[in-house]
Amino acid sequence: MIVIVDYGVGNLSSIQNMLKKAGVDSVISANREVLSGANKLILPGVGAFDTCAEKLQQSGLRELLNEKALVRKTPVLGVCVGMQLLTEGSEEGKLPGLGWIKGNIVRFRRESMADGLKIPHMGWTDVSLAKPSRLFEGMHEEPRFYFVHSYHASLRNQDDVLLKATYGYEFAAALEHENIMGVQFHPEKSHKFGLKLLANFANL
Amino acid sequence: MLTKRIIPCLDIKDGRTVKGVNFVNIRDAGDPVELASAYARQGADELVFLDISATNEKRKTLAALVKDIARHINIPFTVGGGISSVDDVGPLLEAGADKVSINSSAVRRPELLDELANAFGTQCIVLAIDARKINNQWVVHTHGGKTSTDKKLFSWAKEGQERGAGEILFTSMDHDGTKSGFAIDPLEKLHNFLSIPVIASGGAGVMEHFTQAFVLGKADAALAASIFHFGEIAIPDLKKYLLNQGIITR
Repeated sequence: MIVIVDYGVGNLSSIQNMLKKAGVDSVISANREVLSGANKLILPGVGAFDTCAEKLQQSGLRELLNEKALVRKTPVLGVCVGMQLLTEGSEEGKLPGLGWIKGNIVRFRRESMADGLKIPHMGWTDVSLAKPSRLFEGMHEEPRFYFVHSYHASLRNQDDVLLKATYGYEFAAALEHENIMGVQFHPEKSHKFGLKLLANFANL
Repeated sequence: MLTKRIIPCLDIKDGRTVKGVNFVNIRDAGDPVELASAYARQGADELVFLDISATNEKRKTLAALVKDIARHINIPFTVGGGISSVDDVGPLLEAGADKVSINSSAVRRPELLDELANAFGTQCIVLAIDARKINNQWVVHTHGGKTSTDKKLFSWAKEGQERGAGEILFTSMDHDGTKSGFAIDPLEKLHNFLSIPVIASGGAGVMEHFTQAFVLGKADAALAASIFHFGEIAIPDLKKYLLNQGIITR
């Protein structure tokens, strides 16, 4: 069973609705037993990095999540700030991330961008695969996803970059390190492409 | 490459869409969920739902409607109308809305924008501004355009951005309903003045108007209601047309 981790943030039902459309059952839960038994985890997150990091801390689930992801190698998909939490930390805040993927989150560098580009980066943007991934199996058309963010990942190991997108400059739009995956965009709002991605995650 | 967004807007009263809607291929044009699903299928990039219910009592049904909408559509949507506190917003976001649109209540108490941005993040706060040109100045109006204020469009938009709005939805009351095109000059000025995205609203009549809003007005998105509701412009046709004009949409 896929468990959407309910640590007190985000739009959990949208993710569950999209999974349902893909014909996949999921539960939204903060229960330790339920999480422990999950064969996949989705870590959501919206808003400020520290708000999410603090709620995650308060949930008391951090150690259990560490064990699931790092010891039991359960596939994890972080979404938006949920993806950002997979890294070591963010310029936006002071609290640490989970640190499962080496690197951190930085604000879009306006000085490296053409004039007139807006921050937040908001809207549909196409992406390109940086390495093969089962998450993108069968995605024939050029996929486009819905992004809303002012910060993006800057990884220490480029092999962990799964998708690249360009907004002012090229940035990591998705991360993958072994069983740990994250997407900066919102698959639950990205129509058929998001549907396919979530279905692929469910079938891993 | 970021694409330009096309956003149909639905007015909701007591849980039903208002404005006569003449939309092909749906059973119940008054049902916001059905109309929204049709737009999503056609390729709308986002949707805006404006609740124009008169009383707070009736507004309580809004969260239930939002939940129903979220269950059926898989594109981002914004909900607005009568939102005046952090407590109003939480239930809407929990029900599945991606953003909320704030108008009169932010003019009345601008700190609301700071509070909302702190509580939920700037990405979900849309500052809607209705303005009309009076004596060569764009004067901000509230309460559906009925009340004029001492605020001016550009300084208010800038203040909104600084307080935490993630996006500006600018409606020119002079253009709204005229089908004569969007207000290009103030759009371009907003674009140059702000670092957050701007949604153009008011005046869409023909497809060419969208090109003008994107190319001349530099808008990030364009919103319209009746031309979509009445089937005067079909979204797939509009997107094909824009592509031919060199404007990339989804």
